Amino acid sequence: MQYHLQEEILMPVSFDKVFGVHDDALLLFERRNQLLSENIANADTPGYKARDINFDQVLQNAQNSNSQSVSGAQLKTTHQGHINVQQQPYTGDIQYRQVEQSSADGNTVDTQKEKAAFAENAVRYQTTLSFLTRKISGLKTAFRGE
Amino acid sequence: MSVFNVFDVAGSGMSAQMLRLNTVASNLANAETISGNEGDVYQARHPVFESVLQEAGNNSDDVAVVKVREIMQEQTTAIPHYRPNHPLANNDGFVYSPDIDTVAEMADMISASRSYQNNVEVMSTTKELLLRTLQLGQR
Repeated sequence: MQYHLQEEILMPVSFDKVFGVHDDALLLFERRNQLLSENIANADTPGYKARDINFDQVLQNAQNSNSQSVSGAQLKTTHQGHINVQQQPYTGDIQYRQVEQSSADGNTVDTQKEKAAFAENAVRYQTTLSFLTRKISGLKTAFRGE
Repeated sequence: MSVFNVFDVAGSGMSAQMLRLNTVASNLANAETISGNEGDVYQARHPVFESVLQEAGNNSDDVAVVKVREIMQEQTTAIPHYRPNHPLANNDGFVYSPDIDTVAEMADMISASRSYQNNVEVMSTTKELLLRTLQLGQR
């Protein structure tokens, strides 16, 4: 009886549930930030092909899969001998960008587009950050019990 | 953590563009350099960029940084000028000047400077995001 009571009191707060999709989203935006910065840095490199993450597809994968992680299409480990390959999130969702105007040197970077995507991604990142900050301050308020 | 890789990427882009600016400066400065010998005339230099996959930390993908593969020297024929009184003139009275397209060099300079600015912007935005992430949960 006492044990039962203790279990109820010590019921842990699941950070996965509190943060929901946002901590995964932060990882995604971080990865995309890196890809877009590579595109911008290689804007003058002959033969470089611009890459990006298809955000809609990642979202769809996340909705389709029942796992808590956003990073949808990934291998699951159903046996303890299986190797966990979740080290690199969103690797499968990286695609080469479609070119609207090809250049003679084979480079497919459209600097204006990349800059716009970079700015958008930065705003998304900050939005997710502020969501997380709110969640944390909500938790803090609950912990203080004031 | 891939946020730190961005500094490598943008930094490599900046140093590549800075080298391009240096070659432009060298080409423009030597555009009027006179030589008495056709073979000694200055030739315009241009860097050749390439994208190199650099191994990142164990937990993230490789990053595509910019590297300067080589600095290519153009093979243009020098422009002869008939100036018999010039101290550098050869026996036939000719001096030679390099065939440098200054307008193209200026356009190259502007392109390099814009690309440099883009990289700076990427770096400062990423830095700001990182600092905000560090302040996560504080208020």
